[in-house]
Amino acid sequence: MTNHHTDTGRSLTPDASAALDRAGLTRRAFLKGSGALVVSFGAASILSDAGIAPAVLGAQRLDGAGSNQLDSWIAIGADGRVTAYTGKCELGHGLYTAQTQLIAEELSVPFDRVTLVQCDTELTPDQGTTSGAQSHPTNFNRANLAQAGATAREALVRLASARLAVPVEQLLVKDGVVSARGDAAKRASYAELVGGRTFNLTVNPEARRKHPSEWTVLGTSTPRVEFPSMVTGQFEYVHNVRVPGMLHGRVVRPPSVRATLISVDEGSVQALAGVVKVVVRKNFVGVVAEKPWQAIQAAEKLKVTWSSGDRLPDHRSFHDWLRNEKPTRDTLVVNSKDVDQNFSRAARVVKATYLYPYQMHGSIGSACAVADVQRDRATIWSASQAVYPLKSSAAMLLDLPGDRVHVIFRMASGCYGVNGADTVSYDAALLSQAVGRPVRVQLARKDEMAWENYGQAYVIDERAALDADGTIVAWDHESWSATRGGRPGAASPGNIVTGMLAGFEPAPFAPRSPAPDPAGFANNSNAAPSYMTGTVSGRSGGTGTIRSERVLTHDVPSPFFTGPLRSPARLQNTFAHESFIDEVAALLKADPVDYRLRHLRDPRLMGVIRAAAKAANWDTRPSPRPGIPRTGVTSGRGMSCVLYEGDNGYCAMVAEVSVDQDSGRVGVTRLVMAEDCGPISNPDGLRNQLEGGALQGVSRALLEEVIWDDEKITSVDWRTYPPLYLGADVPQMVTVLLNQPDANAAGAGETSVTVAVAAIANAIFDATGARVRQVPMTPERVKRALGARG
Amino acid sequence: MSVLTLKVNGRTHTLDVDPATPLLYVLSDDLQLNGPKFGCGLGQCGSCTVLVNGAAVRSCQTPVSTVTGQDVSTIEGLGALDKPHPIQQAFIDEQALQCGFCANGVILTAKAFLDRNPRARRTEIREAMSGVLCRCAAHARMMRAIERYAEGARRS
Repeated sequence: MTNHHTDTGRSLTPDASAALDRAGLTRRAFLKGSGALVVSFGAASILSDAGIAPAVLGAQRLDGAGSNQLDSWIAIGADGRVTAYTGKCELGHGLYTAQTQLIAEELSVPFDRVTLVQCDTELTPDQGTTSGAQSHPTNFNRANLAQAGATAREALVRLASARLAVPVEQLLVKDGVVSARGDAAKRASYAELVGGRTFNLTVNPEARRKHPSEWTVLGTSTPRVEFPSMVTGQFEYVHNVRVPGMLHGRVVRPPSVRATLISVDEGSVQALAGVVKVVVRKNFVGVVAEKPWQAIQAAEKLKVTWSSGDRLPDHRSFHDWLRNEKPTRDTLVVNSKDVDQNFSRAARVVKATYLYPYQMHGSIGSACAVADVQRDRATIWSASQAVYPLKSSAAMLLDLPGDRVHVIFRMASGCYGVNGADTVSYDAALLSQAVGRPVRVQLARKDEMAWENYGQAYVIDERAALDADGTIVAWDHESWSATRGGRPGAASPGNIVTGMLAGFEPAPFAPRSPAPDPAGFANNSNAAPSYMTGTVSGRSGGTGTIRSERVLTHDVPSPFFTGPLRSPARLQNTFAHESFIDEVAALLKADPVDYRLRHLRDPRLMGVIRAAAKAANWDTRPSPRPGIPRTGVTSGRGMSCVLYEGDNGYCAMVAEVSVDQDSGRVGVTRLVMAEDCGPISNPDGLRNQLEGGALQGVSRALLEEVIWDDEKITSVDWRTYPPLYLGADVPQMVTVLLNQPDANAAGAGETSVTVAVAAIANAIFDATGARVRQVPMTPERVKRALGARG
Repeated sequence: MSVLTLKVNGRTHTLDVDPATPLLYVLSDDLQLNGPKFGCGLGQCGSCTVLVNGAAVRSCQTPVSTVTGQDVSTIEGLGALDKPHPIQQAFIDEQALQCGFCANGVILTAKAFLDRNPRARRTEIREAMSGVLCRCAAHARMMRAIERYAEGARRS
């Protein structure tokens, strides 16, 4: 196979195809010629610890090995254009633009001379999943894409040095041309040096990255490259992928959780126009038709008989069920083993319990994929965050060798984590395999919502021991959460609904109690509050000063599928920690900002708190505010902060709210946030992420909760799962960016949503003196808390 | 199936479709337009919005037979990549998207409203946008883009 245009040409964007044309070589021939291998990474080895939590959290951290071959990352065309290949994809957060800036910067070429090819299992390095705010840490520090860029620039300078007979240190690089200092006639362009040929080099870990002080492209607010095509309706989402001969599929999901298939009456749709086939595989049922509308009607009219499913725990008392369900899988994040002792001799003990619901990703476009499964190979156009793991797990689903499945990323609407992208990829693949033709599937809204991998519900107990001065001397955190499934990873198709329906089991639940001692301090779920030292085996990995510390978590199997939702577990834990520190401060009549700072030692975390407080004109005083009226509208402010995942970006937020004490309605009037995520790649892109995350946080704090009855989810559309519409009152948002040019690049896409919920809860308390400990903070719950003020 | 004549973005198409088919599927499948999108199929989110005689209509809820002979415009009909319509340009200038999936419904709903209510106040614009969803929560930038377009349209 030497010409990709006859083979996988339609898999490339027009830009990428054109870039390859200009480059005068094909990607496959190119990789073959260079000897560079795009190796499928053995992701299963990472999911080593059995049990559910590692499957969810491990996958969140899953980063493929990428490649140490420079030619796998960067190609210079005969015309000097640069094509770069990345395993981290655009999800609506601006990563495509930022990675393009990165390559333009490291290679010293203009932004518009770079074409980025993202997430294609036959073209790009395997970088695992695009998730967990890990793309900046992975690709913008001293490895992977960034280091490939630096390696390529140094290689080009060396080639120029030899060609021009000028020492390397006397050469300048600008706009893709290497020239001698003081003698512009001595010059060689990238095209002349290597255009159309390969580097045949490994990525050099010692190649010098440009310091942010030298940046001219990275660090600027380069506009998003996709926006012109998006606003003119030209952009090709996965929903717009059209393959010759493509049919349309629709799935028929069971009516309730764990219902099983009894029978399908294929005759019930035989007379309908356009119906091609009814497909059944264990509990997976779908129909394929010539046209989308025909498939939808056939799915509605198909007579299917199901067994009744499991009876679900009562929604109204679900958190009690969660706290008491056995057996559990227990984990200790930190345990100084002196917590009980310190509580027994404390001057004062404070405790509180916080409740968090299941919430949805709720992507605006229901999930969609196109698959073309032939007898011996398959191509899947998917919006999955994980093209390489999907390649492996889909091969299991289809019973094909792993190297015969080709997954091509195409962007969908924002996913915010594991939404329906993987499951619908399986849907399309199964239906295509059954008919031997390409099939497009887009889920019905109700099928998307009733069968999501929801963000996890939580019960969280917090307990603090205070000394006579009001300093916290011991903190005890215990949480209960329910999980099922998660990312399919490379080897667990049953972790998502279609895989389970087709006969694969979710990753098994492995009970474990009591929890073993922690081996090291890993706070990637933010289970430990910022105020702990996080000391394990004599090493302190936390950001705070509290030395007597215990963090114990319990997982139980969830009745519903769960999966990472923007800031998974981190948001829930931070809601509890940051509400609780506020409660303690209030009891001591201490200012919430001062009281936080008193228990912190990480200067960067303290820095974002001070910056947010300053920008908000924080009024230093205890909460609640003085002189609150008993009725009518009152207002207040609240603080919250986080070091995301314990090592991946700092954020602090001041929320200002107004509360109508008669109706219980909360209006968020202003959100002031300060962010420190290292050197900033794109300031306006960062602001856009922070604002969107913050406002999504408002929606999750006040509105969003998955509801169910005895046997099924009843949150099945935007009326039964009400979101924040465009007409809503939107707070003024202020973003303070603390650029740290000498620090490592950290994630920023999940920080503001993490702090928003607690900041709002704390502001409600400041305004009213009423503490709401359950999300969403609906008018009803606010009214109940107001009534409990006494 | 029956043969229908549909006028979309100034061009006339003759199509053999089930007349009950929602307009959305005819546009996105038969005419292969990327602009109108399926979001919910229930008229609750706005992703499928098109203009019918200048009014914003949810194409997922509109049988194709009800719009034959009328002027249907999709977002592709407003402006082109090299010459965006002023409201499209306002969204680029304000960098008012994230994933961009909702842009179709947001832009067409705002344009249809402002064309008929060029002097609308901010609260009225918000009310007009109250049935449109953006899950990335780019609300603030979108409202700025809409107001930027409205001001420009009033001046010109």
